[in-house]
This record gives sequence, structure tokens and C-alpha cells, in this order.
Amino acid sequence: MTPMVDLFSLLLTFFMLTTSFRPQEATIIDTPNSISEKVAPEKDAITILVGKDNKVYLSFDNGPDTSVLIRKEVLTKMAEQYNLKFTDKEIHTFTIWTSFGMPVDKLKAWLNTEDPKEREKFQTGIPVDSTDDQLNLWVRFIRIQNPDAVVAIKGDADADFKAVKRVMDILQDNQVNKFNLVTNLMKEEAKLEE
Amino acid sequence: MAEIIQEEQKQKGVKKKAKKFSTRIDMTPMVDLMCLLITFFMLTTAFSKPKAMDITMPEKKDDPNIKAPEIAADRTINILITGNDQLYYYFGAADPKKPLPQLIKTDYSKDGIRKVLLQRNKTVFKAVAELREKVLKGELIMADSTLDRKTKELKKSDKNAPIVLIKADQKAKYKNLVDIIDEMAITTIANYAIVDISPVELQMLGESPAPAPAAQ
Repeated sequence: MTPMVDLFSLLLTFFMLTTSFRPQEATIIDTPNSISEKVAPEKDAITILVGKDNKVYLSFDNGPDTSVLIRKEVLTKMAEQYNLKFTDKEIHTFTIWTSFGMPVDKLKAWLNTEDPKEREKFQTGIPVDSTDDQLNLWVRFIRIQNPDAVVAIKGDADADFKAVKRVMDILQDNQVNKFNLVTNLMKEEAKLEE
Repeated sequence: MAEIIQEEQKQKGVKKKAKKFSTRIDMTPMVDLMCLLITFFMLTTAFSKPKAMDITMPEKKDDPNIKAPEIAADRTINILITGNDQLYYYFGAADPKKPLPQLIKTDYSKDGIRKVLLQRNKTVFKAVAELREKVLKGELIMADSTLDRKTKELKKSDKNAPIVLIKADQKAKYKNLVDIIDEMAITTIANYAIVDISPVELQMLGESPAPAPAAQ
């Protein structure tokens, strides 16, 4: 018994010390592989997720300055744009949660849903078509608040190029010409044959 | 007196009984808890941190006075990505007024597009590989950032290095694009761009090109 307990305590300590929690995301995204060893930006970043079904989700943080909550500011701007009203409680919930993917008029209902299963049903993707380009507005307002934010695109391997291209176009419209494509590390060797 | 002795005997008896009890603690609940905690940490841990590749797109300009830079046609490799993991390439430029260049079919494997790119980018690839080997063997000692900078300089130094234009059509998957950009990193090609596919190229794809002769 004692050796087993010893082993367990060791394992437990190991996991507790090495853990970095997996961030909660609106959907499961299986990223493609690359040889890049650069660590993806985690803080001070705008991450646009493109799911397997080409739905677009957005994730951004509150920024480096703790006195200004960027998520709150951006939500207020968006609400103004679309003539929506959010209560203080809803705004507070929004500043805590991370990624979301729904038209802005559904946000209120999503923020008020307690049941996580019910909440998932709201994740229908942010509209990106040219008639109602909400992602464009989101990105613009975030960039006004936090011009230094790094932009990352986290696309699923099976997402269509078309959908990712649309996201890239929107970013370029907002003067974001440099971005990160999130991938998994996979070593590859190349040899020159004589 | 007798009573006292009896009491003493009683006390002794209790002590003796206590000695019979095991001094070990029942650890089962603790082990249970530990198992639970370990499982929890194991499941929530993100072991491999996500990596990212940098990509810089040319700025979008609506100004008609600024023309796209001229690209030497003999340095250009066009890679066409289409659905079902199909991949084609051709050299030079496709001008609708001239006879169209031959479209060659290839794939994402080691002997596919990588071989073609390596052949065209031989000098740079050799130079970069030599530099990396020297650093690995310890003949040259430099910080990672210096190595990165030197590699970049080497990549830019060759004036005959290929320029790769990556074009994907509507059926392409995101994975295909990442694979090709990754191929650029593997074969140390410095000049590449993601470009919109032109109608001529779409037409070329529609023609269902002949299967590739072995890569030269």
C-alpha cells in the first residue's frame, strides 16, 4: 500500500506543478500540423477560431491593463452599434467568459443561460458575410481598444480554405497584415538528394 | 487493596489490548482522493502547447497608381491547391494570350512537391543546412536569435531562389494551405505569397491535366 501511495503522491505533485489548464473554447478545434516551434500567443491576443463546419468564433482577452476591461468596452461599443441594451450583470458575465460565436443579438440570451448544454446551442457562428459583417466590427472595436493585440487564426484542419480566406480578408480590411496560424508541432526532415 | 490491584490489573489489561491494535492508519480514502485528483489533473492538462506559424500578407491597396511588383517569370513556381487533396504546379506565368504552361500533378508527400521545391532551392537549402549542422556540432556558437537572423539572411541572399505563388481554389481545405506554407519552411524558401487564383488557372485546373512525368 505505502509504495502505491508514494507513487500517487509523486504523480499528483508532478501534475499539479506542470499543469497549464486547457483554455475553454467554444468548440473543439483540431489544428493542422506544421514544423513551426514558435509558441502561439496566449495573452493579449485576438484568436479567431474556424470550426470544422466553417463556423467562426471569436476569443479575446481583457488586455494587459487591469483597470480597463477591454471585453466590457468592446461589448458596449457593439451594443451601441446594434441598439442593444446589456445589464451590468450581463456585461460582467461577458468579461469573464472567453470565446463565443453567435450573432450579436443572440448574445443577451446566451449570457443569461445557466445550463452549459443549453448555452452550447447558441454557438451558431459569427456572421461574416458582406451583408452583415459582424466579425469585422468586433475586430475593429477590439483593435481600437488594444492596437497591440496579436491576431491568431485557429482553423480546423477540415475547415474550408474559403472560410479562412474570408477571415483573412476581414483582418486585412482592418489593417492586420501579419497573423499567426495556430498549428500542432510535427517534426519533418528534408534531405537533398544528389 | 484487592480492589486497587484489580484496577491495576484492569488498566494493564486495557494497555495490552491497545498494543494488539494495529498502529497503521487506513489510507484507502486518501488513496481514493489522490486517484481522483490525479485523474482530474491528467484530463485538464494541456501537454503540448499550441504552436503558431507567422504569416504576413501583402497590404491591400486600392490605389491604382501602385502596381504589383514585377516577378521574374523564370523564378516563379505556381502551386495550385484544389479539392480532394489534389495538388498541381507549373513554372512561369499563365498568360491567356500565350500558350498555357504545362500543369504538372503532384502530391503532399515527401517525394511530391517537396522534391520539386528542394531542387529549385538547392543552394539556399544547402547553405542553411550547413549552418545548422555547424551550430549543432558546436563548431559555431550562437544564440537562437542570431541563428534565426543568419538563416533569414541566407534565404534572402540567393537572387535565383524560387518565388512561390500559392493559389487555392474554392474547394481547397485549410489543412492543404497550412501544409504548403509548412513546405516552404521545410525547404527554406523565403519568397512566397498566398495569391488569389486567376480565371486562366481555374480553366487550366478544369482541363484535368495529364498525370505527372517523374519530377525532374
